[in-house]
Amino acid sequence: MLESLADGLIYGLAGVSESSHWGQSLHFFVYETLKIGLLLGLVTHLMGLINSYLPVERVREWIASGRLRGSEHLVASGFGAVTPFCSCSSIPLFIGFLQGGIPLGVTLSFLITSPLVNEVALALFIGLFGWQVTLLYAASGIVLGTVLGWALGRMGLGRFVEDWVWEIAENRAEETEADARSLWERLPSVSREAMGIVTGIAPYVLAGLAVGAGIHGFVPTGFFEQYLSGGNPWAVPLSVTLAVPMYANASGIIPVVQSLVAKGIPLGTAMAFMMAVVGLSLPEAMMLKKAMQTRLLAMFFGTVGVSIVALGYLFNWVL
Amino acid sequence: MDIKVLGTGCASCQTLERRVREAAEQAGGDASVEKIEDMQQIMEYGVMSMPALVVDGEVEVAGQAPSVQELTDLLSA
Repeated sequence: MLESLADGLIYGLAGVSESSHWGQSLHFFVYETLKIGLLLGLVTHLMGLINSYLPVERVREWIASGRLRGSEHLVASGFGAVTPFCSCSSIPLFIGFLQGGIPLGVTLSFLITSPLVNEVALALFIGLFGWQVTLLYAASGIVLGTVLGWALGRMGLGRFVEDWVWEIAENRAEETEADARSLWERLPSVSREAMGIVTGIAPYVLAGLAVGAGIHGFVPTGFFEQYLSGGNPWAVPLSVTLAVPMYANASGIIPVVQSLVAKGIPLGTAMAFMMAVVGLSLPEAMMLKKAMQTRLLAMFFGTVGVSIVALGYLFNWVL
Repeated sequence: MDIKVLGTGCASCQTLERRVREAAEQAGGDASVEKIEDMQQIMEYGVMSMPALVVDGEVEVAGQAPSVQELTDLLSA
């Protein structure tokens, strides 16, 4: 339906030829903007609702209750995926989890997945890459958080957490009151937050789609293959390194990457790049620096970075 | 009234601060609005989601930025 709307607008109403460079670019831009706008609205509302019924305080109580029998890492990682993430909440969440009596490794599972799999990235992935790639991306993110949190947790890294964090964590967390509001009472605030997220990232997404549209219309298919395909063994680590300083524009970068994939960049390299953009963020590292000693921070980001590179190679090999 | 906005430099933290200042003005009375950015101080309030609003020592809002109208109601109550 959106496809025919975009067809009508560009080829019919505006009278741009379907085979021209401009026609292809404009069509991509209009169609993807409509589709992604709808998906962003939908996914942010859905995540907002999940979060309204499952606030992070509740999640903390559940994980700390000891009823999970060994699946704590997976559960923490899974909740990280559905929790909206703002880098400014990373320290409060980190300390809040430790305060609730949750082990460091389980806390790290949550902290690794939370930025990696987030509502904005998921909406953009569904729109641009389809369901299968989105599921693969989300599942990889959750597995990464589960496994790395577990591994880091076994290394006895607690001594590299700053002392003041443990001092605050001594004061046990208070019980939270249940939220008895009905679905209809929750919707206005959920909707307001969701629309706030969408309007906040809209300029980046539109700019990304505009660049992507230009690539779609004007760059010949297979153009990048000669530079970045399987022939270049360093493509994956290189793209992961390039991704680290790009955090602020994550929502603008995904549309551009989709266009690059359409023009011949391998999907595994692209996935590793996008995971690194959201998962290895400098602002988050700066925040966590206040609560973690450099050694722990380096191990945290180092293992995540290396694993993302490994996943990139794996996807290039399998897909 | 002693109003504190907890949060760092992120976009929604700035939104909350701006709205709280506006709401405090509309609600009238003598209210002092203070922004707290120091993590150690923030953590004393035991909130896990930023931004947060603390009125007279009680955490009233966490993890979101309500509208000016809602904040005005909250501060006038």
